[in-house]
Amino acid sequence: MTFDLEFFNIGYLDTLSYRNSFVHRLDPRIKIIVSFIFVLFVVSFPKYEISSLIPFFFYPVFLLTAGNIPLKAIAKKVFFISPFAVFIGIFNPLIDTGTLYTVFGVPVSGGWLSFLSILIKYVLTVSTALLLIAVTSFPGICEALERLKLPKVFVIQLLFLYRYLFVLLEESLRMMRARDARSFGNRGKEIKTFVRLISVLLIRSIERAEMIYRAMLSRGFRGEIRVLRRHRINVYDILFLMISVTVFYLFRSFHLVNLLGETFSRVLR
Amino acid sequence: MSHHIVELKDLHFLYPDGTEAINGITFKIFHGESVGIAGANGMGKTTLLLNLSGHLIPTKGEIDIGEVNLTKKTRHEIMRKVGFVFQRTDDQLFMPTVYEDVAFGPVNLGLTEEKVDERVKSALDMVGCYHLKDRPPHRLSEGQKRAVSIATVMAMDPDILIMDEPASNLDPKSRRQLINLLKGFKHTKIVASHDLDLILDVCKRCIIIREGRVVADGPAEEILLNKPLLEENSLELPLSRQHSAVRGPF
Repeated sequence: MTFDLEFFNIGYLDTLSYRNSFVHRLDPRIKIIVSFIFVLFVVSFPKYEISSLIPFFFYPVFLLTAGNIPLKAIAKKVFFISPFAVFIGIFNPLIDTGTLYTVFGVPVSGGWLSFLSILIKYVLTVSTALLLIAVTSFPGICEALERLKLPKVFVIQLLFLYRYLFVLLEESLRMMRARDARSFGNRGKEIKTFVRLISVLLIRSIERAEMIYRAMLSRGFRGEIRVLRRHRINVYDILFLMISVTVFYLFRSFHLVNLLGETFSRVLR
Repeated sequence: MSHHIVELKDLHFLYPDGTEAINGITFKIFHGESVGIAGANGMGKTTLLLNLSGHLIPTKGEIDIGEVNLTKKTRHEIMRKVGFVFQRTDDQLFMPTVYEDVAFGPVNLGLTEEKVDERVKSALDMVGCYHLKDRPPHRLSEGQKRAVSIATVMAMDPDILIMDEPASNLDPKSRRQLINLLKGFKHTKIVASHDLDLILDVCKRCIIIREGRVVADGPAEEILLNKPLLEENSLELPLSRQHSAVRGPF
């Protein structure tokens, strides 16, 4: 039953975010800012660039190892959403056929290079986003967004999304199980029943929303929710911000792979 | 002591779809009393509680809670006096962490940060769940969720505590802990439940409702041992009393 497995999989990223490590303890605001700057740097490269992008793997790898996050969990998710990136770049080799390099006698067209560049940028940015969630609890991210002056309505929507995602998933899981228990083979699994399941789920969620609203009113809700502020920026956070931005800047302005290659060939000679 | 009296006068409630859920209920609950409300499914228990806590406004009749008459204008004041523990804990706990959830009420009361912290701590200590304060609600067991739900309400410092099926989905040990917790509260308590043993343990008085009317109102010990009355209302003797009741006078 794949749905069950996927369900537990969603909770997994959340479980990881409650670990305790250096990167877990960093202020969420700093992590969001650094990750955002990282993404900006990565997408700022021209379309044929490949080798200069490689040093940027340093940041996701750092989060992965310092946060003690299993590679498999992230790699799987990156792989599952990769079709989006693949389809963006898949026609590049057909359109852009001009030869740019010749590697061991094989001509490489600009299209292939830009396709590969898109894939690398995709892996870098998406794995960083996933890792950001895995090393920062979701409430932490929401707190940071609120303190970074994102409109409160959005932050509260996100908080409720997080709270009720699991409740709704569990509810749909139970409904699916009930359906599977009484359907045999493919009978009872037609789209018709699925549509009904979805509509029942919608009605249930509306009812639930009403009850939640009552619970909020019961406790004096007047349209204002305060997000708890737990984190405080300290020296480590500032250091982390400064060092990582400097490193990104160096990666961006110096062609590290070329430099390494030149040094090596000089040594070998 | 007249300030926490709950008084219902000929209460009627009609749902918009025409269902008459409450059909003229009159009773009075005094300060510090603990009252169990029993009745079969769909007989109006939950509707009655929603009326008592100001979530629904009676279509006819009156509710007075501590000298405040329930109207559209006063409902917020009533909600503040009445702590409502919902039947489903997932409806009750809507904030991302236990601490924030318990703090939600006190923050809305406009208390200062230190006061809020104090309230949260004492409410969580009361139910023995302070160590769970940083957990998200979806990582709690049902018994823990129930205890935290009660803490969220206790942090509001209510005059009256209303609970809808507090022991549903609890394992025997959590249920026993809940009963002991409830016994320790000095508040006016109104508990709706099918769990007649719980009512017998926690409440001195019991009201049975059927089709939106009060059919019996009196000491819990008397009403919950009246077998014909209970059976008429789709209930049965509390399990703890079944054995002795069968033996009867012999």
